[in-house]
Amino acid sequence: MVRPEEEVIRKRQRERARITALLLGAFVVLLFFITIAKTGINW
Amino acid sequence: MPTLELTNPAALPADWRDFVALTKPRVMYLVVFTGLCGLLAAPALPPFVLGFTAILCIALGAGACGALNQWYEVEVDAKMRRTAKRPLPAGRMDRQSALHFGVGLGTFSVLLMGLATNWLAAVLLAVSILFYVVIYTVWLKPRTAQNIVIGGAAGAFPPLIGWVAATGQVSALPLLLFAIIFLWTPPHFWALSLFVRSDYAAAGIPMLPVVAGVESTRRQIFLYSLPMAAAAIAPWPLGLTGAVYGGSAAVLSFVFLVLAGRVAASRSTEPAQMHAEKHLFAYSVFYLFALFAVLVADRGLAW
Repeated sequence: MVRPEEEVIRKRQRERARITALLLGAFVVLLFFITIAKTGINW
Repeated sequence: MPTLELTNPAALPADWRDFVALTKPRVMYLVVFTGLCGLLAAPALPPFVLGFTAILCIALGAGACGALNQWYEVEVDAKMRRTAKRPLPAGRMDRQSALHFGVGLGTFSVLLMGLATNWLAAVLLAVSILFYVVIYTVWLKPRTAQNIVIGGAAGAFPPLIGWVAATGQVSALPLLLFAIIFLWTPPHFWALSLFVRSDYAAAGIPMLPVVAGVESTRRQIFLYSLPMAAAAIAPWPLGLTGAVYGGSAAVLSFVFLVLAGRVAASRSTEPAQMHAEKHLFAYSVFYLFALFAVLVADRGLAW
């Protein structure tokens, strides 16, 4: 059986992992568009 | 296996919302807005994504300043009602996490700024972060009543950085925008510090009302408002903006001076009765927003 405090820890870790993944995904997308803008290609 | 007690919240991994709170998001609005106005007032606009990234970097740099400020001032924050509920003094986060977060965010914002726009903008962003953390937070704030006067330079960087991110160079108008915020900061913060001075006194922060007294602070507010108003109107006679900005800056600054004059004439000693100080503080925020918004509108009309 999982102790209540361990459940709180896991919940926070899950939330933080989800936020980190979202931010990393957004960063990859941003880098892609920065690269496109820097190369000066007009789409 | 060791277990963690909920009675010691700092032993838990901090909630992600507390990391957001560490960046002082409410303070960030003005930084982002003035940075954006500096960028939009520039003669040449960068591609949208690069402009967006520049503003994002300014916001992240401001967030890093907030995190490192809270990391350093945890004991002081614990003594003030206004700040006691922040993540570190409230015990919801350990100091090391705040330090790592602040340094990481600051480094990331500077590198991204350099890669996306130009390295002069990145250097200015790095200087503004270091100025706020080292010169203002660590050195001036706990030592001198002039902390806000010199430290105000840190908050004056965003429009300059926004302009340089767009153009790659420094010129007269962004330097004047820097001067406007630099000179606006003392009356703005001193108005606030008048009605929360007991908090600053309890925390041992030598803000002007604590060290020099209420009457002297009220005089200084009015005296500093004069060069601020002159700097705000200056871009017009110098030919850097049009009459729309010049007229608006004159009216906005006149109202600022009237409110600062009311503060100088005020004799209230109880914070609850300091209406003139509260009006000036609220107006000072509106003043900066309005001044920069009019600047962008004026430059837009000039194109």
